[in-house]
Amino acid sequence: MNIHEYQAKEIFRKYSVPVPNGGVAFSAEEALNVAKSLDSNIFVVKAQIHAGGRGKAGGVKIAKNLDEVTLYANEILGKTLVTHQTGPAGKKVARLLVEEGIDIQRELYMGIVLDRQSGKFVFMVSVEGGMEIERVAAETPEKIIKEWIEPGIGLQAFQARKLAYALGLEGIQVKQGVKFMFALWNAFNASDASLVEINPLVVTGAGDVMALDAKMNFDDNALYRHADILEFRDLSEEEPSEVEASNFNLNYIKLDGNVGCMVNGAGLAMGTMDIIKLYGGEPANFLDVGGVANPDTVANGFRIIMTDENVKAVLVNIFGGIVRCDRVAMGIIQALDQVKVSVPLVVRLAGTNAEEGAKILAESDIDFIVAHSLADAAEKVTAAIKE
Amino acid sequence: MILVNNDTKLVVQGITGGEGSFHTAQMLEYGTKVVAGVTPGKGGQKTDTGVPIFNTVKEAKDLAEANTSVIFVPPPFAADAIMEAVDAELDLVICITEGIPTADMVKVHDYMAGKKTRMVGPNCPGVISPGSGKIGIMPGFIHQQGKVGVISRSGTLTYEAVHQLSSRGIGQSTCIGIGGDPIIGSNFIDLLTLFNEDEGTDAVVMIGEIGGTAEEEAATWAQENFTKPIVAFIAGTTAPPGRRMGHAGAIISGGQGTAADKIAALQAAGIAVSESPAGIGELMEQVLAK
Repeated sequence: MNIHEYQAKEIFRKYSVPVPNGGVAFSAEEALNVAKSLDSNIFVVKAQIHAGGRGKAGGVKIAKNLDEVTLYANEILGKTLVTHQTGPAGKKVARLLVEEGIDIQRELYMGIVLDRQSGKFVFMVSVEGGMEIERVAAETPEKIIKEWIEPGIGLQAFQARKLAYALGLEGIQVKQGVKFMFALWNAFNASDASLVEINPLVVTGAGDVMALDAKMNFDDNALYRHADILEFRDLSEEEPSEVEASNFNLNYIKLDGNVGCMVNGAGLAMGTMDIIKLYGGEPANFLDVGGVANPDTVANGFRIIMTDENVKAVLVNIFGGIVRCDRVAMGIIQALDQVKVSVPLVVRLAGTNAEEGAKILAESDIDFIVAHSLADAAEKVTAAIKE
Repeated sequence: MILVNNDTKLVVQGITGGEGSFHTAQMLEYGTKVVAGVTPGKGGQKTDTGVPIFNTVKEAKDLAEANTSVIFVPPPFAADAIMEAVDAELDLVICITEGIPTADMVKVHDYMAGKKTRMVGPNCPGVISPGSGKIGIMPGFIHQQGKVGVISRSGTLTYEAVHQLSSRGIGQSTCIGIGGDPIIGSNFIDLLTLFNEDEGTDAVVMIGEIGGTAEEEAATWAQENFTKPIVAFIAGTTAPPGRRMGHAGAIISGGQGTAADKIAALQAAGIAVSESPAGIGELMEQVLAK
């Protein structure tokens, strides 16, 4: 799960990770009120969307007085920002973060992620703050310094000191940096985060270490034990059809193509998308209906797929294992009683009782295109869009 | 065959739950030796299928001689169940459970270091050695006894590949679903190492997907060390970056973990990669004919 910068900073405050003073605003009026409450002459107005690269897209403005706060708040609210992370459609701004301006002396980078290879969380810092960290990793990997956290004991002071010195912190800043890292590790660990990134982490003119930006992602598998974090979920940041699918416990991701697909199992669902592309089509979605494809999940799957107006044909690919294909076939027919699918529908059933399943589909009143293998299904569904 | 053979004696952790009891019956029907179940508080009872239930894995080992465990315990309790199996010094623990928090698995991974037990999974369909035993949730009948090993991060996509092999008369020695999570017990290299030494395996199908760099590492390792042919498929060529494609571990992040990178690494190591998920069986047929 993703959250907004201002929410991440709320979590930071809770764990004593230093951040600029500020607050969220949903209107220009609220933005002005937040600015008035701050003890500062310079303000930063920041668009709150679930994507990076906001500055370059015009979503971050420095206001030199209160009038400019109102001006920029009006300018940014409602604006659609297109960044390298939003996709071409961009994201509309509905929330702002208004903060005190900070006198920046140095821009650094700090993050914690899971290192899949070692099975440990890894603390990363770099003096290349403010840049895209992926680029730093690709071009100058030696500029990213890492410390792996031992699961039994957590972050140790010597590790934090190593990282602080690697960042070029000096004098009292080293102690501050170490304290900062312990606070950040506590925030990460206590909230089952999957990623925290501070870019930039700054050293201020007064010599303080502070998180100017804040990004946090959370492990979806652990959200059951974090009701407080679940409250940060902003549904308006998510694709409406994906939200609806999640209400049905379906795993659906909307894509840009025109061939809808419904598959049981995540790997096979990806493989089905790939083969559609290989045969000249473009997948409209990823949809895993789970191991047991019963009439209700299939009906909900059709419902979700058909909310996408680009869909010109649908491919159902079910590998029946424990669940028998004749049952799945009857389930598909029942589902089509509940939901109208107005485009060509190709169905491929494999596994237990596949022949019986195909027969049931062929003999029904519904106009199925029955496919007999994965390749056959891909060929038939891509042919169906071309007609 | 590797991991599961005629000496495998299975204990089912979570045997009285819905999934656990259903799949215990399925595994018994396949001929797997299920010698015990564990559900704390139900020790001394028996399942409808006649399997004795114990309170602890240790008892299942001591009293029923279990050497392998399969876990159907719900996500909040699954990490604890894995550690209990490790503590009882079983040879192998196969965790089917999907949805275990990553932080729990970080602890499990650390706890297992230096211990005797090998883990497969979590978030996997399990392990099957056709004809000898099935541990997990895969449909047994699609498999055929033979000499091709299968290692896969997926579930139904593995069934698809196995189906393609079996329908061409290519049987399997052992098929392992290694799991779709970011932290798993056995990776491609661990299992390729076992297949390398297994006389009953002539070739291996390797099915990867987006996310992480396990396939790239396996490719490099295999080029140096693996003596048998490999046929590979990588799912997710069309997956968008930054999105989790069903499996917790199937995500392209920070430009890392793309299908294109994995395919390139495998090909660079001289491994035959099927472009289509429908072409895995055919490609293996060609490779075996050489």
